[in-house]
Amino acid sequence: MLTMFLRSRELLLLVAIAALLVVVTWRFPGFITLANLANVYNDTSILIILALGQMVVILTRCIDLSMAANLALCGMVAAMLNFYVPGLPVLLLVLIAVVLGTALGAINGLLVWKLDIPPIVVTLGTMTIFRGTIFLLSGGAWINAHQMSDLFKSLPRGIVAGMPVLSWLSLAVIIAMLVVMRRTPTGRAFYAVGGNPHAAVYTGLDVGYTRFKAYCLSGGFAGLAGYLWVSRYAVAYVDIAAGFELDVVAACVIGGISIAGGVGTVPGAVLGALFLGIIKNALPVVNISPFAQMAISGTVIIIAVAVNARAERRKGRVILKRAEHVA
Amino acid sequence: MKILKTLLVTAAISTALMANMAHAENKKIALVVKALGIGFFEAANKGAQEAAKELGDVEIIYTGPTTTTAEGQIEVINALIAQKVDAIAVSANDTDALVPALKKAQDRGIKVISWDSGVAKDGRALHLNPSSSPLIGNMIIKLAADNLPEGGDVAVLSATATSTNQNVWIEEMTKVLPNYKGINVVATVYGDDLADKSYRETQGLIQKYPNLKAIIAPTSVGIVAAAQAVTDAGKIGQINVTGLGLPSEMAAHVKSGASKSFAIWNPIDLGYSAAMLSYDLINGAEAKPGAELKMGRMGTLKLDDNNEGAMADPFIYDASNVEEFAKIF
Repeated sequence: MLTMFLRSRELLLLVAIAALLVVVTWRFPGFITLANLANVYNDTSILIILALGQMVVILTRCIDLSMAANLALCGMVAAMLNFYVPGLPVLLLVLIAVVLGTALGAINGLLVWKLDIPPIVVTLGTMTIFRGTIFLLSGGAWINAHQMSDLFKSLPRGIVAGMPVLSWLSLAVIIAMLVVMRRTPTGRAFYAVGGNPHAAVYTGLDVGYTRFKAYCLSGGFAGLAGYLWVSRYAVAYVDIAAGFELDVVAACVIGGISIAGGVGTVPGAVLGALFLGIIKNALPVVNISPFAQMAISGTVIIIAVAVNARAERRKGRVILKRAEHVA
Repeated sequence: MKILKTLLVTAAISTALMANMAHAENKKIALVVKALGIGFFEAANKGAQEAAKELGDVEIIYTGPTTTTAEGQIEVINALIAQKVDAIAVSANDTDALVPALKKAQDRGIKVISWDSGVAKDGRALHLNPSSSPLIGNMIIKLAADNLPEGGDVAVLSATATSTNQNVWIEEMTKVLPNYKGINVVATVYGDDLADKSYRETQGLIQKYPNLKAIIAPTSVGIVAAAQAVTDAGKIGQINVTGLGLPSEMAAHVKSGASKSFAIWNPIDLGYSAAMLSYDLINGAEAKPGAELKMGRMGTLKLDDNNEGAMADPFIYDASNVEEFAKIF
């Protein structure tokens, strides 16, 4: 029973989330109400979207550290277009943000694919380049709430069937990703390329091109998240979402996406993001010193990685033992 | 490039001087800013011009480099020395780099003061701070208390737990808290100057303290995020967000009613006071510790041991003036 639990990362994570909710509710009873949980989900929506993009990249044995900078750049461009070209429909702005994000992701992908530069170096570089570009575009100035159109700000807040559009959007992304990762050749290729690149080549997959597609996907999600972020907090400036790329990677790691590639699921990434989201939303209401907050987040991530590492090691041993027996 | 820049600066100053020829008896006060084209400093110039009009025999030369560099300011200062201005009031791009140039100016009998952003003691007669920590600490709690005649619960949303400025202001606020009867500070939380964390901390405050009447955010990122969170939670009118922010960033939230008022220095007053203080020095006033110098409508400036002084309380912005100042900074 216990081993089955440990094998299913998603189930384990679900139990951890339930335990977390119990602890938080014990300290602050109001947390467990349906309305509040819906709020927490809504607040975590952006993280979920980003984590799903990051998941695909990590599956192919790469990493995208430029996601938050990409988000900030696309958000700033959408906000500036909204301010300087007031006539543009908001849906077009969202589309522009997504297309721009995809293009920025494609730059990462091309550098990894064609120049064979290590992904961590590429995305560290583009991360600072994107931030610098925002400064060049905006001159360091903020785009403030009164400079954005009302529709631009209210679109993600609009309530449809009891939930904000932002929540519906993340649900749509989750469902789309479930289908893509399970049912399409591209989705399976992400796993294959990360699981064993050499074997993937022999089955006719282009490893570099698959990675390029992964970066385009994560870039597109970052672009969408860029609009959502700027609209949600009603402000755009150079430093928005600074350091958020680490939260995104942390969500993936907690969700059981192996940094070594090839292992990980959509529900895992979603639960990982939700776990972080609950912690982020719970810490302000349970009276914990701001210094302890960082330590808690860090501890959770290390525990998650440790559990991951254990699970993977065990798998390796089992295969070897079988081989011995056969011999 | 450098020659071209020098030529341009010289040309600009000679034009300004030629305009002055007609009234050669006028005192020439140079207002040197970090860089031209910044709304905050344009507003300071507006204040200095106001002072000049009030004083009558003063001509303000508003100048500065095109980018915020110390080298650019040194060129400007050298050009001003050559033109024999009577006083230089500078908002410095670097505390130490300007000192040699400003010393040279003082050796030629030019009065030098710094304002907004100071220079080291050797380089100036006095420094004008826009405000002081005790004044700011008092102002932020006053902003909350003024809208709560019956008293009530208020919370503080700060930057990081280690930000020096905010911690000093909150400490000063706590000292004067007993003067505000019925005002109860229930929590201090930290948004780390990140929009999303500040937003979440505000949501936490709203949930935890159902009777919360005001949130004080003495940080420009925090106050905007808190106002947005209060708006999204539908608590406008119930929770007032106040603290320190910039008019351009807060305009929408004042309009929506999420923030009734907030404070920050007034650049117009700052430019006005800088011009007034320069005029005092030209007319023989001495800048020494303990001295009190006149600043026209802004009252007097009392100098401390470092020859520094604080101009006034932070200026309050509300629905009546925020639109106008939002265009400036």
